[in-house]
Amino acid sequence: MENKSSKKPLFHIVKIDDISGPREWAIRAAAIIAALLLCAVITTILTGDNPIEIYKTIIEGAFGSQRKTWITLQNISILLIISLALTPAFKMQFWNIGGEGQVLIGGLAAAACMICIGDSLPNYLVIIIMTVSSIAAGAIWGLIPAFFKAKWNTNETLSTLMMNYIAIQLVAYYTIVWEVPKGSGKIGIINQNTSAGWLPNVGNKYLLPIIVAALITAFIYIYLKYTKQGYEIAVVGQSQNTAVYVGIKVEKVIIRTMILSGALCGLAGLLLVGGINHTITTTIADGQGFTGVMVSWLAKFNPIAMVATSFLIILMDRGAGEISTAFGLNQSFADILTGILLFFIIGCEFFLRYRISFTSDKKERRESK
Amino acid sequence: MSKIAVSFKGVTKTFGEVKANSNVNLDIKQGEILSLLGENGSGKTTLMNMLAGIYYPDAGQIYINGKPENISSPKHAFDLGIGMVHQHFKLVDVLTAAENIVLGLEGKLNLKESEKKIRDICDKYGFEIDLHKKIYDMSVSEKQTVEIVKVLFRDAEILILDEPTAVLTPQETEKLFNVMRNMKADGKSIIIITHKLHEVKAISDRVAVLRKGEFIGEMITSESDEQQMTNMMVGRQVSLNIERKTPVNVKPRIVIEHLTVKDSAGVSKIKDVSFTANAGEILGIAGISGCGQKELLESIAGLVKVESGNIYFCEDGKDKVDLVGKDPEIINQMGVSLSFVPEDRLGMGLVANMDIADNMMLRSFRSGKSHIFTDRKTPRHLAETVINELDVITPGVETPVRRLSGGNVQKVLVGREIASHPSVLMTAYAVRGLDINSSYTIYDLLNKQKEAGTAVIYVGEDLDVLLELSDRILVLCDGEVSGIVDGPSTDKNTVGLLMTKKGGAA
Repeated sequence: MENKSSKKPLFHIVKIDDISGPREWAIRAAAIIAALLLCAVITTILTGDNPIEIYKTIIEGAFGSQRKTWITLQNISILLIISLALTPAFKMQFWNIGGEGQVLIGGLAAAACMICIGDSLPNYLVIIIMTVSSIAAGAIWGLIPAFFKAKWNTNETLSTLMMNYIAIQLVAYYTIVWEVPKGSGKIGIINQNTSAGWLPNVGNKYLLPIIVAALITAFIYIYLKYTKQGYEIAVVGQSQNTAVYVGIKVEKVIIRTMILSGALCGLAGLLLVGGINHTITTTIADGQGFTGVMVSWLAKFNPIAMVATSFLIILMDRGAGEISTAFGLNQSFADILTGILLFFIIGCEFFLRYRISFTSDKKERRESK
Repeated sequence: MSKIAVSFKGVTKTFGEVKANSNVNLDIKQGEILSLLGENGSGKTTLMNMLAGIYYPDAGQIYINGKPENISSPKHAFDLGIGMVHQHFKLVDVLTAAENIVLGLEGKLNLKESEKKIRDICDKYGFEIDLHKKIYDMSVSEKQTVEIVKVLFRDAEILILDEPTAVLTPQETEKLFNVMRNMKADGKSIIIITHKLHEVKAISDRVAVLRKGEFIGEMITSESDEQQMTNMMVGRQVSLNIERKTPVNVKPRIVIEHLTVKDSAGVSKIKDVSFTANAGEILGIAGISGCGQKELLESIAGLVKVESGNIYFCEDGKDKVDLVGKDPEIINQMGVSLSFVPEDRLGMGLVANMDIADNMMLRSFRSGKSHIFTDRKTPRHLAETVINELDVITPGVETPVRRLSGGNVQKVLVGREIASHPSVLMTAYAVRGLDINSSYTIYDLLNKQKEAGTAVIYVGEDLDVLLELSDRILVLCDGEVSGIVDGPSTDKNTVGLLMTKKGGAA
């Protein structure tokens, strides 16, 4: 024991109080480089393919042609809108994992308008009604869990999750009601001949969600940082006691914020149904309500940084498709690479907060033995 | 001469740029009680954390019983017979006292045998403890007893107590001191960190002083007085007198009539309380903790529901208004300028993760630039002003307040609350955990508010300070007023008696 107890430890972990900007970014960059190196090693071992080629293919998959580039940008926009929608709730420490359902129900409202009133009203009116009802539907889907949380402090994680399943089942139900042709089990392209309720092309058919995403990014950034409501969200999220102490009405803030969160998700649903797919299926949100959670967290709730994090996720997602066809690898391989990349990006947070300090004086260590 | 139990030789510890301890040389003898004295942020806790194996020194050496030891973990510290009772207890709420005490020990668990050993320890030193009581049912003082027994159960010979009396009533403190004297008689070495100088006088054999992370000096307790200790701690001559000016222009500001407040379980916290707080006066509120002080202030601030009674606010040239049933936002809109420094500074008065400027905004954000946007410039200027005028030690206005030391946190909070030139200023335990220097800064600020014509309500626990500071003292006992006495002409005994006497309203 004597020997053990007087041995100096090889290293100890020291907390960093304040990290400088350049150092922070250097650590992040190092993490990404390390992740790419590890990915390269794993690629070579598992597949025998040249990792550089694989990386190149990933980039090509996302930006290989003008069309591919537009689709990539469009996908980024949708994911970004959903992530931004979730962010005010997260800032309030309200764990809204119901983005999926809020998007779906918004999409369902849009589809319902296209099917039911698409032929009987002028197109501009249809689109206005679609927009309003999608946003309202998403808002209601956000309001319900918020109301229960505010009134009876129910667990929002459970209730928002449950709301997802309700939305999915509603969409499944209406898929059968509206199926074309009967018995096919799907709706198909809605109003294919009249294009009624299709959102207008702005410049080209990809640009609309991109513009909307840019506007919402700016909006959320300003909303959270410079408005009174944004400040209230931050106070409620950090300390409800303090909020009450300065006279902020916590229930009101929770409900208001979730209405906003749901409404923006509903808007994403509108874009998916009315602007991109012109149909609705139960999988139209494609798990982005959950991916958005990760995008928002990775960016530490900073709307501008979310542009980068959603870009990263979509880049890997689009590249995955490409390498699976180009190299005959299955789709899961790209997921492995994405996983490694995320692990390093999240893992490097440790090095942003702590420093490993090695016992520098080797001689001293030997002596004390 | 007795043996040296612990010896620090040139111990240094830095956090980033900050030198928490620099080249500390300090001995602790066997069987003595040493008081470690120093202002907030002078490195007392850091030094003790190194002894307890929580931090590892950057340089220097710690000797235990004459042998150099590199204490690498709390477990290692226990093996060496060192035990620390932290300021914030580290107990598992849902377990019983006995379970908490044996928690984490190696080997086979024999609860019965352990309980016998625990009982022996309690008998030997005079602890009173219910071994089968769950922690969440315990009072602060009981929890502390569990922590100390836990340390003794592990056969600690060297005990570190970090501000053990900050949360105790005077009676509980006396009990703790008796136990400490028993432990000392048993040959144990005890290091106690406290800000209360009369406690230092009462319990310790020797005093060691740290200032800005450096060891300044030591003295024999019996050969020194509180003034000498303070001077050494602060590094210059400090006046330990609170100046109390005769109140001028006194008139009623807050008039409370038959106030009754119940908690959510329906238990009365305040029963039929009536009193008047005057403008230009400091009204002290004394009482054993938990006698309704918190509820009284919170009901005036509009934070808790009032069962019955009235709280009138009176100001020159205006009709008196009843504050009952109004929330803080409405009270503010009515033009009633009420400031409140709550007991829970970081959990209620401030937002720990926000920076100083954003915390300044808590009170003012509603009067922002426009209906939608906040004004960030004014709070920022206010933050700079507060930092300058109250000497807040901080890297900058953008530092989160949780990173500031206790005294500086309180300066930020008080600074914000008095910035609005309030008509009424309420403070709850405004100097708890603060060192002498910061405490006197706060007393000074309260006195200035009084001179400016504010009605100051000061809830305190230190009777000496209450008697020196207050113009009148209201004593609460179990939610009732047991007396209202004149500050300058009352003595400690009278107030102490009123604190335990029920229902004798004057």
